[in-house]
Amino acid sequence: MDIANAFALLSNFVLVPAIAYGAQLALGALGVTIIFGILRFANFAHGEMMSFGAMAAILATWGLQAAGIGIDPLPTALLALPVGILAAVAMALLTDRFVFRFYRRKRSNPIVFAIVSVGVMFVMAGLIRIIIGPDDQSFADGARFLFTVRDFREATGLEQGIGVKQTQLITVVVALVVVAALFWFLQKTRWGKAMRAYSDDEDLALLSGINPEKIVMIAWVISAALAAIAGTLYGLDKTYKPFIFLQILLPIFAATILGGIGQPVGAVLGGFIVAFSEVTVTYAFKRFLAYLGPDGWAPEGLVQLLSTDYKFAVSFVILVAVLLVRPTGIIRGKVI
Amino acid sequence: MTKKVPLYYGAMGLILIAVGLFQSWAVAFGILNLCLISAIMALGVNMQWGYAGLFNVGIMGFTALGGLAAVLVSMAPVGEAWSVAGGDLALSLLSLVATVAAILFARRKFARTLRPYVTVLLLIAGYFLISHFFLPATDRIEAIDPALSGYLGGLGLPILLAWPVGGLVAAGAGWLIGKISLGLRADYLAIATLGISEIIIAVIKYEEWLSRGVKNVTGIPRPVPYEVDLVEADWFLSLTRTFGVSDVSDAAGIFVKICYALLFIAVLAVIMWLAERALQSPWGRMMRAIRDNRDAAAAMGKDVKARHLQVFVLGCAVCGVAGAMLATLDGQLTPTSYIPLRYTFLIWVMVILGGSGNNWGAVLGGFVIWFLWVQAEPLGAWFMTVITMPLPEESGLAQHLMAGSVYMRYLLMGAILLLVMRFAPKGLIPER
Repeated sequence: MDIANAFALLSNFVLVPAIAYGAQLALGALGVTIIFGILRFANFAHGEMMSFGAMAAILATWGLQAAGIGIDPLPTALLALPVGILAAVAMALLTDRFVFRFYRRKRSNPIVFAIVSVGVMFVMAGLIRIIIGPDDQSFADGARFLFTVRDFREATGLEQGIGVKQTQLITVVVALVVVAALFWFLQKTRWGKAMRAYSDDEDLALLSGINPEKIVMIAWVISAALAAIAGTLYGLDKTYKPFIFLQILLPIFAATILGGIGQPVGAVLGGFIVAFSEVTVTYAFKRFLAYLGPDGWAPEGLVQLLSTDYKFAVSFVILVAVLLVRPTGIIRGKVI
Repeated sequence: MTKKVPLYYGAMGLILIAVGLFQSWAVAFGILNLCLISAIMALGVNMQWGYAGLFNVGIMGFTALGGLAAVLVSMAPVGEAWSVAGGDLALSLLSLVATVAAILFARRKFARTLRPYVTVLLLIAGYFLISHFFLPATDRIEAIDPALSGYLGGLGLPILLAWPVGGLVAAGAGWLIGKISLGLRADYLAIATLGISEIIIAVIKYEEWLSRGVKNVTGIPRPVPYEVDLVEADWFLSLTRTFGVSDVSDAAGIFVKICYALLFIAVLAVIMWLAERALQSPWGRMMRAIRDNRDAAAAMGKDVKARHLQVFVLGCAVCGVAGAMLATLDGQLTPTSYIPLRYTFLIWVMVILGGSGNNWGAVLGGFVIWFLWVQAEPLGAWFMTVITMPLPEESGLAQHLMAGSVYMRYLLMGAILLLVMRFAPKGLIPER
């Protein structure tokens, strides 16, 4: 029985990675849920929007690195993040002006919007692959670890250590700041309140003199900015690969629906639940159980519920469970 | 309006003939074969979207299931694998059935409040029971001659049988996913199908005992003769003499492609005939009535959810048939080649461009978009050459842009989808 070591082991392999991943998913899901709430469609281009923002941030990072500007020990990408946000926002506003506005004025069916967003996704996927290429890009610099497994072991004298990558901490801190700012905006400012009103009841909001075009514009700005931040953080924490952003769409959608469509709090909650289930289910609990059990005993197999190859299956099962048990999500969202 | 159909089809035929004359006949027939398969996929999607307005983003998964069926039906069984692991596999199947039965039984017997807990408990117990038999069995299968087999093999039946089987397997998956997500809001179906398709691909990619995974299954038997046999067959040699063809091996390649084309045309014709009959029957009118106003249709006593499920399953089956045909044409199953942009979203562009709700349109869309997809590569390279003209040959930017020219096809497909949706939402051949 060795609870301290067991807990350290679990923190290192489950808790810390899941918190960082959950923060990235939460940011992504927030962007999707805002578009769901205001424009009322599933934006399939959101993954590519994340990729686009991350790409711009990477290009800016390379520029800064070449110029020798950095904020060591923090990664240069943090300094370049505003460029990524601006690029994503510009892209979102352009697509809205030239693509989505037309259907909004026609009051098209949400499915038509979704199909159109597939077209946008295609265009953005092409652009990204032409500009930065289809391969892995590494752009992380600065200190790698906040403290390593060895530091932790030496400090505590435990057998198992907890290592925290600097990017993981940055992910969580940035996500916290962004989410706090977003909730402040939605709760306290005039435009935030107008957005919530519009999301709740479009006609009533229009009667109260809220300008829908402006609301839609703010929604796109917020969604694109969140996408750029989420994409850059994801790339910084793992690695930037253009094709990954189509796959990450599934956990993001699962988080959105789980939280309740159009519910920002739900999106954050959903992101963390999806991330924690994904990491827990695909973690091999063998060593963890060995620490908890009597001395010298270890479980026979790996005690891994699901191979990491099937991590999509976790999001999918969550999605299906939500659809079957509570289609409105945890916090009652929209159901059309 | 009806004049448009022969006009467009004639133009498409002329373009393919032009490819044959100016590039080569092998290329032309190669494009034609994949056009035919794409057309069948587009028909499947058109049933779901055009007839019923269902947004399926998991076409890739259903096509891959068809490909898997081709392997499981036609490859020779690996006897050794069955003998070392057959018993354990049977036991794991048995424990799966037992688990499901126990859960169903428990859900009937226990009180409502206890039900979820008992279900979860039984699920966990069943999971460990199944993996107790299953994991060692798969390890043993994968250990058998990993470089050549390492999987169970198939049934060794004729490959043509795999086409309907592929349809059935895909229909089964479609029924399951439709049962869960139809009847809720429309984009839930899209997201659920997106998920199921990723899972199907993951299963095919990582379950090596089933499909050899990323090691690929190659050498799937053909329904048509092999080139090497043809060049030695007397009847074929005399055939080439009658036509006065000098290059025999080239002729053999084209002959094989023509055989495939004939088979595919036969399948397309059958599915097309059925689809047209269905669309013009009272059933087809009911489907369109549901699509256009589901509340009114429901008020008239139509069971909207059941009809949606029906048409969804049918569309998935058609995609499964096309997937089996695709694996047959390739002669191999390569799980890594299944990417959503190519197998899901491209099919959507076909249906939207061709004309949703019109079968002739969907088929035409399949032809046009596949042709453009193939030809976008030289087109993109040419475009990049033109825009990089002012740059010096060795400039990094010019080389970078040239390397990216393959991806012009994504840009082109996105642009086509957006332009059609905006300016001609009914497509090339609108619904009648």
